[in-house]
Amino acid sequence: MRLYEHEGKTLLEQAGITVPKGTLVSSGSAADAESAAGAATFPAAVKSQVLTGGRMKAGGIAFAEDADQLNSELTRLLGSEIRGHRVETVLVEPRTQFDREFYLGITYDSAAKSAVAVFSQAGGIDVEQAGAAVKAEIPLLLPASGFRFKELLASAGLQGRLLSGMTGVFTKLAGLFRDYDCILAEINPLVLTPEGKLVALDVHVELDDDALYRHADLVKQFGLEGRDADARERSPLERKAEEIDSADHRGVAGRMVEFPGNLGLLIGGGGASLTAFDAVQRHGGKPANYCEIGGNPSVWKVKELTKLLLSREDVERIAVIMNVVSNTRVDLVARGVVKGILELGLDPAEKIAIFRIPGAWEEDGFALLRKYGVPYADRTVSIDQAAKMAVAGAGGER
Amino acid sequence: MAILVDKDTSIIVQGITGREAASFTKDSLDYGARIVGGVTPGKGGQEVFGLPVTDTVRELTERFRVDATIISVPPPFVKDAAFEAIENGIRLLLVVTERVPRRDVVEIVELCRLRGARMIGPNSLGVISPGKSRLGMVGGPAEDVRKSYVPGNVGVMSRSGGMTTEIANLLTVNGLGQSTCVSVGGDPIVGSQFADLIDVFEADPETHALVLFTEPGGAMESALAARLRERPSRLPLFIFIAGKFVDQMRGVRFGHAATLVQSEADTTEAKARILSEAGVTVVEELSALPGLVKEALNG
Repeated sequence: MRLYEHEGKTLLEQAGITVPKGTLVSSGSAADAESAAGAATFPAAVKSQVLTGGRMKAGGIAFAEDADQLNSELTRLLGSEIRGHRVETVLVEPRTQFDREFYLGITYDSAAKSAVAVFSQAGGIDVEQAGAAVKAEIPLLLPASGFRFKELLASAGLQGRLLSGMTGVFTKLAGLFRDYDCILAEINPLVLTPEGKLVALDVHVELDDDALYRHADLVKQFGLEGRDADARERSPLERKAEEIDSADHRGVAGRMVEFPGNLGLLIGGGGASLTAFDAVQRHGGKPANYCEIGGNPSVWKVKELTKLLLSREDVERIAVIMNVVSNTRVDLVARGVVKGILELGLDPAEKIAIFRIPGAWEEDGFALLRKYGVPYADRTVSIDQAAKMAVAGAGGER
Repeated sequence: MAILVDKDTSIIVQGITGREAASFTKDSLDYGARIVGGVTPGKGGQEVFGLPVTDTVRELTERFRVDATIISVPPPFVKDAAFEAIENGIRLLLVVTERVPRRDVVEIVELCRLRGARMIGPNSLGVISPGKSRLGMVGGPAEDVRKSYVPGNVGVMSRSGGMTTEIANLLTVNGLGQSTCVSVGGDPIVGSQFADLIDVFEADPETHALVLFTEPGGAMESALAARLRERPSRLPLFIFIAGKFVDQMRGVRFGHAATLVQSEADTTEAKARILSEAGVTVVEELSALPGLVKEALNG
């Protein structure tokens, strides 16, 4: 879960890293804006708080020389959209003068299976392109130790006071990364001011969603409960699918993404859903959606999802495809799909392009499908053959 | 001698009294796995399917030789369970639990390195050497396992648990048996990646070809390509890469936790290119896989 810049800066400050003293202004609060303008130090940096990178290039960051300019920038930014994200809050800070900018980051390297520290002398907005970064693995089993960062920074050519100061900042950042179960803690840029101070001008913190349970304090402090793990906007149908999924704890059957096609898909599990979606497209089919079912979903859940998919007027038929299952019961999925179609007053034999789920309880499932004349395929038919059948409308056995 | 798990591999189950663990323990015993006992703190002295349940791993390692453990405990307890196993001398850990905090996974990996242990998972359905034994729950109940998996000479590694069985089944219905099949786990960081396990398959005289299943996201494929550039494999290698459509959908996660395209290197296209350059046959259509494997085995 990505944190807002101002939340990240709160964590940096708590960790002892210097950040500009900012004020947060919310949309719809004229009093906020007025007091911000009154309290601001000019020139000021005016920074929209949205969960996306590239704010500078997208016009989400501005500078103000006086209170009038600040007010007009606040008016422009609050409620606007930056890269598809609505601006609800703006951070106003004194603009920091600096001589140099650096990049500091701690994240996980999945190939190395380790935490890594990354440093570059070329901080700023194009750091990804700038290259010339140095990296070091940071063991987590051992207590944090500053020398690892000192070595890394020295290898990048830092010396003297800058080396010592930067080592301190990096060590604190690593402590924050570890203490809060971050998967990314990045300061870009960290600047060196003319007075020789190191100040974090921007920060990007991502928390591990799977570790939030041990950070109740943070969840409370920032109101993280219910914040979307990924910031993608959901369509009404996708939200409805999520509701169906969370209304019943049995199985997973709701992660839906809509596409502009005519073939509804009930597919799973994780890998097989990707395989089936590709195969449908490969054979010239037009998927109406991606979704992943698995973990033995209940009849009710499958039934509701089936009805939801067929509620879209352009969805002509649905294909039900999973890998050979051992946990999910074939008969329960078959009952759910057939029941959903019957409840809509439609004919399962017409609406189901193919049902291909072999495995646990398949005899019972196939018997039900035969009863309704639904085309189905067993384990001798591969996922892509089943997809081809669905697209061709040829079906399998009935 | 099968790799990783064989007929005489002596196994314990941590979290054995859990619903899922009890169920796969029974299925595995039916399949012939040599499970000798299980651990659930606070439930020592009970029995599960005639197996002793203890409070500590040590009580079992003192009584039995233990080669492997299956860890099926809730996410907050995985790290401690893994440390307990490693510190009691167990050298193969299978973690089936999903949603384990990333920091805990990395700490387990670090302790494995210090002690010479190997972790498979987290979020792995398991490892199976068909006809011999199984570690975990891949394939389900014994009778279902026998339908999908038969003994033979093709190794399988997959980032998807379900597709491990699907690919084995595809090989089986086309007359190709399997040596050992590994569900490596669908999480961003797993203990054993393709590049870690390829050595084990190469050292196995029973493995004559290796089939991989992968998805967008992660760096497992580039690590494998690097390994192959440095040291080509003696085995014919095949990979099926699912999720081509995800290439166009940056930032949206599909299926597994690691299945997310954030940069060019995460795409199926980039993975196909680097693996193909490293000598791996990239299989475009799953149905074509058995034919390609047969060709390589007979040619």
